[in-house]
Amino acid sequence: MKVKVRIGVAAIAAMAVAVGCGSLNLAAASSSVPGVTATSITFGTHQPLTGPAAPGYDEIAPASQAFFDYVNAHGGVYGRKIHLIIKNDEYDPTLTVQVVHQLVLQDNVFGIFEGLGTPTHTKVVGFLNQNKIPDMFVASGCACWDAGLKQPETFGWQPNYIIEGKILGQYIKQHFAGEKVGVIYQDDDFGTGGLTGIKDEVPAASIVSTQPYQSGATSLATQVTAIKSAGAQVVVEFTVPIYTAIAALTSYTLGYSPQLVVSNVGIDPTTVGGLLKSISKGTASGTALINGAITDGYLPSFSNTTNPWIKLFMKIKAKYDASAPFDGNVEYGMANAYTLVQALEAAGKDLTRQGLVDAVNKMGHTFTGPGLVPFRYTTATHGGYGGVQIAKLSNGDINAIGPVLETGPTSTSPIVKYTGKQPAPPANGIPS
Amino acid sequence: MSGRTTALRESTLARALALVALAGLVIVIVSGRLSAYDNLELGYGAYYFAALAGLTILIGLSGQVSLGHGALMAVGAYTATLLIANEGWAELPAIVAAVVVTAAVGFPVGAAASRLSGPYLAGATLAFAVGLPALADKFPTLLGGENGLIINPPATPSFLGANFSPERWEAWIACIGALVVLFVLFNLKRSGVGRSMRAVRDDEIAAALCGLPVARTKTLAFVISAGCAGLGGGLLALVLQLAAPGAFEFQLSLDLLTGVVLGGLGSLTGALWGAGLLVLLPGWAGDLGHSLSLSSNVQDNLPLAIYGVVLIVAMLVWPTGIQGAVSRLISLVPTNRRRRG
Repeated sequence: MKVKVRIGVAAIAAMAVAVGCGSLNLAAASSSVPGVTATSITFGTHQPLTGPAAPGYDEIAPASQAFFDYVNAHGGVYGRKIHLIIKNDEYDPTLTVQVVHQLVLQDNVFGIFEGLGTPTHTKVVGFLNQNKIPDMFVASGCACWDAGLKQPETFGWQPNYIIEGKILGQYIKQHFAGEKVGVIYQDDDFGTGGLTGIKDEVPAASIVSTQPYQSGATSLATQVTAIKSAGAQVVVEFTVPIYTAIAALTSYTLGYSPQLVVSNVGIDPTTVGGLLKSISKGTASGTALINGAITDGYLPSFSNTTNPWIKLFMKIKAKYDASAPFDGNVEYGMANAYTLVQALEAAGKDLTRQGLVDAVNKMGHTFTGPGLVPFRYTTATHGGYGGVQIAKLSNGDINAIGPVLETGPTSTSPIVKYTGKQPAPPANGIPS
Repeated sequence: MSGRTTALRESTLARALALVALAGLVIVIVSGRLSAYDNLELGYGAYYFAALAGLTILIGLSGQVSLGHGALMAVGAYTATLLIANEGWAELPAIVAAVVVTAAVGFPVGAAASRLSGPYLAGATLAFAVGLPALADKFPTLLGGENGLIINPPATPSFLGANFSPERWEAWIACIGALVVLFVLFNLKRSGVGRSMRAVRDDEIAAALCGLPVARTKTLAFVISAGCAGLGGGLLALVLQLAAPGAFEFQLSLDLLTGVVLGGLGSLTGALWGAGLLVLLPGWAGDLGHSLSLSSNVQDNLPLAIYGVVLIVAMLVWPTGIQGAVSRLISLVPTNRRRRG
């Protein structure tokens, strides 16, 4: 018995030493600003590299990395090269908490960039703001990032889902007047935000059924059946790509072909097409099942290969991210990285965490780039782009239809046309 | 004098107290030298230890295999989170409630399970592990669905000073819970109840003939083990400030079983090794995956494969777990001493 107790003590001591050894490397970081040296800036991000949200979204951070590689090859920002540590959180909030703590406390990153997902990133906003860690350009359109006074460190980037829902809702009201509308939405701030926007614009009498689903669900049969039996002619989807694909296949097997209206985040044709093919084991090919879907965009469509921004991003992708397809996700990662480089330029040579946040608060609304509309950044407003352009999916391409529209996230803010022109990219492709 | 010392040494209670005091001292000293992130990992290890110790006692002492302990941790985590977030309870009573509620949930499961054995018991608890986390999706308004429920980080007491990091405080809380489990189970193993459990494990009929209540003993073992899992879950919620179904998928139950077996079945020290492995192994597997430059499709899934390979190899090399291997090494030492004495 005594021997056993002694083993126990030895084991406790051994564990203590093992854990202790891991901590020594932290002290080596000498710079006064974490994650910044004279030659480098390190950001961290949490991404779904595996799991239900991985298809398509796993291309985003590598594309951002490719854009940084391009900038680094051209001298970096004030001589500092940008590094991005990508951690897999599998779109699971518990893992998000763990990897973000690891990035901040162990990897000593300067800030978090492009953390992906609403259910995931909401769990670390408190921690990041308490510790004053810049939380740049969350890869999610939750309206909850837009609270500069309460969460000064957190900045959204893409138009929030309420804005998106409102503009999609207005289109439905104008073009499918009198038709019955059903909504399938992810049961979190992503889906409910979109639903709020839709309800702001579409008359309540037209909405015949709203069906939530849980991220992680393996079937949408209940939801699609309910919407079909409610007689909806237009189906709005606030879904991530895999559920867009599942909904399309379920509708097909039920012999149901409504007019689809899908949020920007759930429609990337390359991603959804690939998913349709793999889920149906090759029976469904291409994007025929989602053809004609109405969606929206706040960047030029990736299929618009004459646009100078798309040309620039395709060139960078070919060199630094060759294995990925060029699709909406890659474009997203590059455009978001472009904005971060702009923010770092604006923050100046003596980079601090507060300096970066202040720079976006002060100058963010003047940043121009691939976006179709301006950013909404002020000290109080941390939402990103303030509008979208309606687009239509045809034969694997997304083509813009109609004007670029701007609005705010409240039901009283009107939807207005934005007439400003998209600037051409700088000659070397790097913001200055 | 020497008689009294011997009596003290023989006393299980005194030894348990000494062990807990020593472990507590080590934790206090070590956690002060650790970085914030390592303190967080210490906290992870502590909540795993609570659950693993309960499971190792259940399997090793009473001979019942449970595949449902991940779900029991979920009960503890959600109980603590709901009480803190919705009812405004303080952390300590919420954790105590988590233990009580989980033990209460464990009672019917254990009672049903006491009529089953071997693969049937594993099957019944398996159904529990797979089914229970789905409740969060069934009642999204109360349980938050996939999104989960969040709580504020536990406030660090002011007497510890301003420089006392919140991560260190969370590690302390989790370690206190783990030490309570260590104390209770250390005593249990050496008590009459513990001996009854062993008798039931070895031969139910013989135990019944000796007048031991077989079903009640098995149920009691399950309830105690469930309470430990509930504590582990409650501590997880405090350390991560979150209860979400993703954390309690069936994989967790398997991880716990893995930890128990790899550490060394039936041994509390084995549970300690197991907890260390559960915390550190995924990270090591991830690092190894990244150090081999492979295509991202392979690289992202590699940690899981490496994890599996390590398990298979470990089971082939050390079938009695790490603790079994260590005991065998140490058993060489007393032989020498006996010769000298």
